[in-house]
Amino acid sequence: MAKKLMKGCEAIAEAAIQAGCRFFFGYPITPQNDIPEYMSARMPKIGGCFLQAESEVAAINMVYGAAAAGARVMTSSSSPGVSLKQEGISYIAGAELPCVVCNMMRGGPGLGSIQPSQGDYFQATKGGGHGDYHLIVLAPSSVQEAVDLMHNAFDLADIYRTPVMLLADGIIGQMMEPVEFHEHEQKELPAKTWAVTGWKGDRPRSIVNSLYIEVDELQEMNDRLQARYKEIQEKEVMVEQYKTEGAEVIVCAYGTVARICKSAIALCEAKGVKVGLVRPITIWPFPEKELRAVMAQPSVKREITVEISAGQMHEDVRLAINGMKPVDFYGKPGSYTPTAEEIADYILKTREA
Amino acid sequence: MTTVFKKTPVLTDTIMHYCPGCGHGIVHRLVAEVIEELGIQDRTIAFVPVGCAVFGYKYFAVDCVEAAHGRAPAAATGTKRVNPNNIVFTYQGDGDLASIGAAEIVHAAHRGEKITTIFINNAIYGMTGGQMAPTTLVGQKTTTSPYGRDPEHCGKPLRVAEMIATIEGAAYVERVAVDCTPNIIKAKAAIKKAFQCQIDGKGFSLVEVLSSCPTNWGKSPAEAMDWIKSDMIPYYPLGVKKDRTNE
Ligand SMILES: Cc1ncc(C[n+]2csc(CCOP(=O)(O)OP(=O)(O)O)c2C)c(N)n1
Ligand code: SF4
Ligand SMILES: [Mg+2]
Repeated sequence: MAKKLMKGCEAIAEAAIQAGCRFFFGYPITPQNDIPEYMSARMPKIGGCFLQAESEVAAINMVYGAAAAGARVMTSSSSPGVSLKQEGISYIAGAELPCVVCNMMRGGPGLGSIQPSQGDYFQATKGGGHGDYHLIVLAPSSVQEAVDLMHNAFDLADIYRTPVMLLADGIIGQMMEPVEFHEHEQKELPAKTWAVTGWKGDRPRSIVNSLYIEVDELQEMNDRLQARYKEIQEKEVMVEQYKTEGAEVIVCAYGTVARICKSAIALCEAKGVKVGLVRPITIWPFPEKELRAVMAQPSVKREITVEISAGQMHEDVRLAINGMKPVDFYGKPGSYTPTAEEIADYILKTREA
Repeated sequence: MTTVFKKTPVLTDTIMHYCPGCGHGIVHRLVAEVIEELGIQDRTIAFVPVGCAVFGYKYFAVDCVEAAHGRAPAAATGTKRVNPNNIVFTYQGDGDLASIGAAEIVHAAHRGEKITTIFINNAIYGMTGGQMAPTTLVGQKTTTSPYGRDPEHCGKPLRVAEMIATIEGAAYVERVAVDCTPNIIKAKAAIKKAFQCQIDGKGFSLVEVLSSCPTNWGKSPAEAMDWIKSDMIPYYPLGVKKDRTNE
């Protein structure tokens, strides 16, 4: 298919539809309104359903109900709205239902700003709601990658019966880029025998539930989840390594910031300093082993994490590197997107320090 | 020997956990009998609440979903939109529906969502140990209104059936009680009509059931039934609040 110039949000919505998503429930919030708007125009034309919910709380519970019925379903929002969804996401994780949640991060805390941010990393990767659970969290750094990841998102959700989050900064949502919609191979997915479709006596009753009042039963559910998370950590890590071989400094960044870091790396290169980038594409599971291996190279002297946050992913970076080499952080919480020059300056300065 | 009563197969054989004299058991039976009589067991999906009826999925012999506190109407919406041929009902208490889930029930009605809600008004939070609900009567003592509900402090009880009836999308709304046999018979007729309303695709239907919670009211089962009549019905008048099923 030919390349098409599209706004990130619209491309994400189209990719979801092409991935088989036929149900969308959402509530307006900037900077992701183009997703529900696109869905509202397309869904009725293809036999799907777009419904504007009365709140993000309702939207995520509609997702819960649609997922329970076995549908490919998604919702999208931005930071404050995603906070409201957390109860529902926890229930979806507990009830072991597949769905996709998109968060176009904006500045926080509170009402924050409508500019891009990466301040929801903790919320996305550490569970977000109550209880011991994880989401698979995919962090695209271009519109094309967001489009491609959308297919993975729905498949991963179905395979592992878990909510999957597409975590993007507002830049991805608002930027226009040329994109191509590839044909994706149809994966063999597990049948949704657990879905509530009406009990005709030919299978056990389907009960979608996250209540396990007995300690040992709840333990069993949690053990099942943890085993699944372990499998995900082993099999589903996605990471880009850019110019890491023989690098002196390793930068770790995700999303749009990682692209800016690539420009910063070129600036450093021009000054004769070899800098590489480790860009997690899955931020949960975090590419711990991959980062550690890169850091273990003799050429590597230090690591610098760059984020639009106070250093949230940096905690995972530090856990992964575990004191092997010095680490550093560059970035600000809120909505300030650093420039390539600022990042390059910081890299060169810390290198000399 | 002639059979005069038989448990409906839409209730499982699991022994219910409800207290003696609790209205939940009665309403479960009525709902299950209606599902049997309408021949919709094989396509009904029950959404049970967070409240004393939280284990409803063990009792209703249909596919079930346990919803988060107050969110059943939203979750039920998701399922109904996926499979419009399913008969989808929510079963919710007054803390669940009238307090934390007030937005979800109003908007399910507002959308004219083709689902049915069975709303158990027992004027209290049963499951959490008898706290005040939006439906708790003026002067009624609960664990969080130990001096009796003071309307100056926390308003007067919410009349849900009347409120929902004002919403255009609500096709059928009735308030019933399960305090005595004649009222239980009427309650069943109302529940049946509410499900029929959904089967006919008319819109949102809700039956508010005045129900007993002897445990948290500090009454015997018999006293609790009397209290529904003496104290609840005067404030919560029974009857049809909205009916556009013939339109
Ligand atoms: C988000 C959330 N808040 C609070 C609770 C605690 N909780 C459980 S049941 C309940 C009230 C139930 O009362 P009601 O809906 O009237 O049902 P009843 O037990 O009276 O039938 C509450 C507050 C919860 N489970 N989840
Ligand atoms: S506490 Fe009240 S509502 Fe709950 S089971 Fe007992 S009597 Fe019924
Ligand atoms: Mg109650």
